[in-house]
Amino acid sequence: MSVSALFTPKFKAYFQRTWILYMMIIPTLVLLAIFAYYPMYGTVIAFQKFNPGLGFFRSPWVGLANFERIFNSPTFPRVIGNTLIIAISQMVVGQVSAVLLALSLNEIRFIWFKRFMQNLLYMPHFLSWVVLGGILMEILSPFGLVGKAQTAMGLDPIIFLGSNDWFRPTLVLTNLWKEVGWGTIIYLAALTGIDPELYEAAAIDGANRFQRMWHISIPSILTTIILIASLNLGNVLQANFEQVFMLYNPTVYQTGDIIDTYVYRMGLIQAEFGISAAAGLFKSIIGFLLIIVSYKLADKYAGYKIF
Amino acid sequence: MIREKDWRNVAFDIFNHLFVFVLGLLALAPLVNLLAISLSSSAASMGGYVTFLPVDFTLENYTAIIKSDSVYRAFMVSVQRTVLGTILSMFITVITAYPLSKTAREFKGRNVFIWIIVFTMLFEGGLIPYFMVIRSLGLLNSIWALILPGVSTWSIILLMNFFKEVPRELEEAALLDGASHWQILWKIFIPLSTPALATLALFIAVFHWNSWFDGMIFMTDHANYPLQTYLRTVVIDMNSSTLQMDATTVDSLSQRSLRAAMIFISTVPIMVIYPFLQRYFVTGIKLGSVKG
Repeated sequence: MSVSALFTPKFKAYFQRTWILYMMIIPTLVLLAIFAYYPMYGTVIAFQKFNPGLGFFRSPWVGLANFERIFNSPTFPRVIGNTLIIAISQMVVGQVSAVLLALSLNEIRFIWFKRFMQNLLYMPHFLSWVVLGGILMEILSPFGLVGKAQTAMGLDPIIFLGSNDWFRPTLVLTNLWKEVGWGTIIYLAALTGIDPELYEAAAIDGANRFQRMWHISIPSILTTIILIASLNLGNVLQANFEQVFMLYNPTVYQTGDIIDTYVYRMGLIQAEFGISAAAGLFKSIIGFLLIIVSYKLADKYAGYKIF
Repeated sequence: MIREKDWRNVAFDIFNHLFVFVLGLLALAPLVNLLAISLSSSAASMGGYVTFLPVDFTLENYTAIIKSDSVYRAFMVSVQRTVLGTILSMFITVITAYPLSKTAREFKGRNVFIWIIVFTMLFEGGLIPYFMVIRSLGLLNSIWALILPGVSTWSIILLMNFFKEVPRELEEAALLDGASHWQILWKIFIPLSTPALATLALFIAVFHWNSWFDGMIFMTDHANYPLQTYLRTVVIDMNSSTLQMDATTVDSLSQRSLRAAMIFISTVPIMVIYPFLQRYFVTGIKLGSVKG
């Protein structure tokens, strides 16, 4: 087919109608080219002895040396372990709690009370980790609210943010504070769709409240539960960077340092660009594969498609 | 709902209401404690006498912060980034979602474009390459470094799915009348999507207001910090000298009270729009569940 064949009257008519659609898509493509695809090309840093003066194109190549260094150091494998432990415990505890809270909210009879509590429990979701971190540092200090409560009970105040035993549980619990309320929304949406007659029929048959939850409520949100669990799988390398970064400090690096904080410190504090980019690329590649698998699972078991 | 007078049911209800009530109190307690500290005198908060009610009630912590030039500057950076960022992001979202909501027959290449966008949600270059790109573009210390990268891919996908639900007949009739796609977008699609657009705009605005990490790494001059980034240095460094007030004020005010007041001031805009946000939670959920 020659080029002139493209300029048939039919094509001209199509183009006259749709050229504006192509114009509309251009700004996004340009911005993504600069701020998403160019950095993707920039992952070549992971294979370079990167020098910012020379840039992506002229820095000397070092093959896999950066990867050899991170995997031979004791730090990076530990950081991967921390990431997985923190991310998985946050997801499991977070999802179980959100389901239980949604079931509980669904059983509340006074609508005004339910609304009020929902709005209260959703609020922390809209505050940044800087704000919540500031509040937590205050109340978790030995002289803060929690410390004083412990002293009042005759206990020694625990330094939650300075103890390798307590740091991870603190992350899980404080993340629950921020997100558990918000996490219930998707389940409550499914629960309010249930026909009340189902509950009434079950009550007449002598089912108690727990039996009704077990046989009616839970089956009706099961697809949603599976969906969220599948999508979570794609995020097991995302251990909530903003939260950890706000709350951690050198004393808890052993249990609290995650891939993202390691990438930040190596790259922007110690200027070990190659090391940092190698760790980042490792995370991106594994994360990419995990997301693909999680979408496949979500599609297979919950009929979910992003578009 | 079924009303049964069985004692087991009553016990269940009492326990369940109590359970939710206690959780609500636990979620609120830290905020109330901080609010009380921010409204207490320095002596009281340093001495650790404040729990849930202000001791020696005072507003001097708030007045000190409002008077601080550096807080004002950071606040204005945040306002600027939130307004500009939300407008730009919404404009880009709308004009991108519209063509993508067409079928691949009506808009050839649609599926390629959509994959170009979705791929950026699946794979990222990572922090260092990203930082180097911003740096090489000369955007360090520019507010555009906080605004331009904010193409919200998820809001494009959400709005695209929403646009797909607009009845095709409206568009076909308008096309027959000789309307262009540009006119159809602004005269038909936008007016029909106001709840969805309001939801997206509110969530994008909250995102911009709450962002701090980009400000921290891209603004090497602290004078360009947005408020949340600025707040982080105050909270982390536990050092109110960043507030740049004269020494006597700092001495007379408890750093603890000042920090608490600073935290609350930074959340004021969120608290102001929270009632509006609530109205759109449900729209947001529906938006997320509409599938093409």
